[in-house]
Amino acid sequence: MKVIDIKNLTKIYNDSEYKVNALNGIDLSFEEGEFAAVVGPSGSGKTTLLNIVGGLDKPSGGEVIIDHTNIGKLKSSRLIDFRLKNIGFVFQAYNLIPVLTARENVEFIMHLQGKPKAEREKRMKDLMSAVGLSDRIDSRPSKLSGGQQQRVAVARALASKPKFILADEPTANLDSKSTENLLDIMEKLNKEENTTFIFSTHDARVVKKARRVITIEDGKVVSDEIRK
Amino acid sequence: MLWSVAWRNIWRSKVRSLVIICALTIGIFAGVFTWALYEGMVIQRINSAIKTEASHIQLHHKKYLENPDVKYSMNLSTRISEQIDSMAGVKAATVRVIVNSMIASAETGSGVQVVGIDPDKESRVTNMYEKIIDGEYLEGVKRNPILIGKRMAEKLNVNVRSKVVLTMQQMDGEITRAQFKVAGIYKISNGMYEEMTVFVKKSDLINLIGLDRTGSHEIAVLLEDDRTYNDIRDKIAARYKDLDVKSWKELMPEVSLVEETMDISMYLILGIILFALLFGIINTMLMAVLERVKELGMLMAVGMNKIRVFTMIMLETLLLAFTGCIIGIILGYLLTLLLMKTGIDLSAWGDAYERLGYDTVIYPIPDILIAAKVSLMVFVTGLIAAIYPAIKALKLKPAEALRIDI
Ligand SMILES: Nc1ncnc2c1ncn2[C@@H]1O[C@H](COP(=O)(O)OP(=O)(O)OP(=O)(O)O)[C@@H](O)[C@H]1O
Ligand SMILES: [Mg+2]
Repeated sequence: MKVIDIKNLTKIYNDSEYKVNALNGIDLSFEEGEFAAVVGPSGSGKTTLLNIVGGLDKPSGGEVIIDHTNIGKLKSSRLIDFRLKNIGFVFQAYNLIPVLTARENVEFIMHLQGKPKAEREKRMKDLMSAVGLSDRIDSRPSKLSGGQQQRVAVARALASKPKFILADEPTANLDSKSTENLLDIMEKLNKEENTTFIFSTHDARVVKKARRVITIEDGKVVSDEIRK
Repeated sequence: MLWSVAWRNIWRSKVRSLVIICALTIGIFAGVFTWALYEGMVIQRINSAIKTEASHIQLHHKKYLENPDVKYSMNLSTRISEQIDSMAGVKAATVRVIVNSMIASAETGSGVQVVGIDPDKESRVTNMYEKIIDGEYLEGVKRNPILIGKRMAEKLNVNVRSKVVLTMQQMDGEITRAQFKVAGIYKISNGMYEEMTVFVKKSDLINLIGLDRTGSHEIAVLLEDDRTYNDIRDKIAARYKDLDVKSWKELMPEVSLVEETMDISMYLILGIILFALLFGIINTMLMAVLERVKELGMLMAVGMNKIRVFTMIMLETLLLAFTGCIIGIILGYLLTLLLMKTGIDLSAWGDAYERLGYDTVIYPIPDILIAAKVSLMVFVTGLIAAIYPAIKALKLKPAEALRIDI
């Protein structure tokens, strides 16, 4: 089943002086359950692509169709609800609310979705154990390592049972051991929950784990390779 | 959830939040206490005006208030007074003969208003008999006793048992004079009144000026209930159509003005305090928003909508304001309760207050309504202070906020 359909997507940043063609006609589609990496040199448009697919930014041209909806046409207030229901995010940093404990961070989005307490509690416990942090559920982010924080972020992104998860360089701030650990957890959850993961990276070890590698350069897809 | 996030967010910058909370606490503490003090001052003034000076309602000859001449007296006033005394809602009524006169001691003289009273009946209407600081209330002196104020005694340099001479006009226009002996000296909060008013026995004064035995210039009426003065004034006025019937509010417009403008004055003072604090709150909240740009961007990215972001910033601002507000109100209350019995002595500030009729020792009044009014004002201030920072937060675009490096 097709989760995301991207057709001839373009993005032009129109600053006062510069005009940057960040995306130059991208055609891509993602099936349910994919574990895909977006790679490319710095400035190639990875973040721009993920932001537009995630509904955080508007395209200049083309379409992004998710669940029969062209999200580029949604009003920003509708878009927030759309993100809440359909998309999980893991960022490079600042993923968690510092004043909330790990448990509260994971439950936060379910709270916004209006899920009942018992359901929130159960899902939170399942996910915290899946990311291997059952014993740290009451810690605040500042008491967790960078790797642990990213694992909580993954649990948080999955908590709302989104259609897919977008992760822009989730391992950029992590050492190699934490990187490997986080990727293993993401892979496991991808298989167990059949959640689609799309992540961007510069890291060769991360790329190695991906089952699909999309390379973009100057805002164009230059290769799209499916492994295994 | 939003409440608890907002509350915890306040304590992320402990020092910054504490500084603004302290500023709020001090401002509101000062406001609440001043209000309680002011209310005490006004209520004491009204009490003194009613209980010692004017009573609730007075009757006069129709022309008397315009031109207080001895000839504008009321006939049969002792009977009228007795009739009013037996009306429902009336505690007591008494008649007074009032003559403008000159008073002189061996050393000096002064203008004065001589009030002839029936001591027994008068003491049921006013509490002047409680204000005697030396001597007795028109007693202890056989012939022509007189009660004078402390300020008057100082001015004339007389003591209890000193002799003074009163010079006045009789009903027929002739000038007469008589010697009186100081029976007592009184002291009340209204310095002007104290300096202007002396009391003698009604019978002595009637003899002196040649007034009819039933005549008088003023009937003073004390009511059972402080709030019924308008109703009962109307009832009395309906019964005695040819007399001038007025409530204390009409007789002392300056006192009722202070009562009516008290709240406005306090709203103004607190408004100024809160206006200054407003900028402090805005500044604190603006910093709180700007240093959390990335986090707010993330929250919007993962699905926190604008209403919730706005509410969160609002709640943070209001919680911040109300923390200071509640501590300030509690402290203001504690100080009020502490000083409620002992009072605050303002005499160090000179006798200007006393001259205007105010006590120099003020007893602040603990009033729940003050806390309610102050809280309402802080709430409005908090709302206003929150708007700008909250709008700043709403203007963030998640994609851009997340790219910014801080
Ligand atoms: N808000 C913006 N305004 C103007 N130009 C922008 C903006 N955001 C990104 N760009 C430009 O768009 C191009 C693509 O940027 P993007 O951040 O998508 O690259 P990237 O592949 O994520 O790079 P990196 O690997 O360094 O994160 C770059 O040339 C960048 O300078
Ligand atoms: Mg990037």
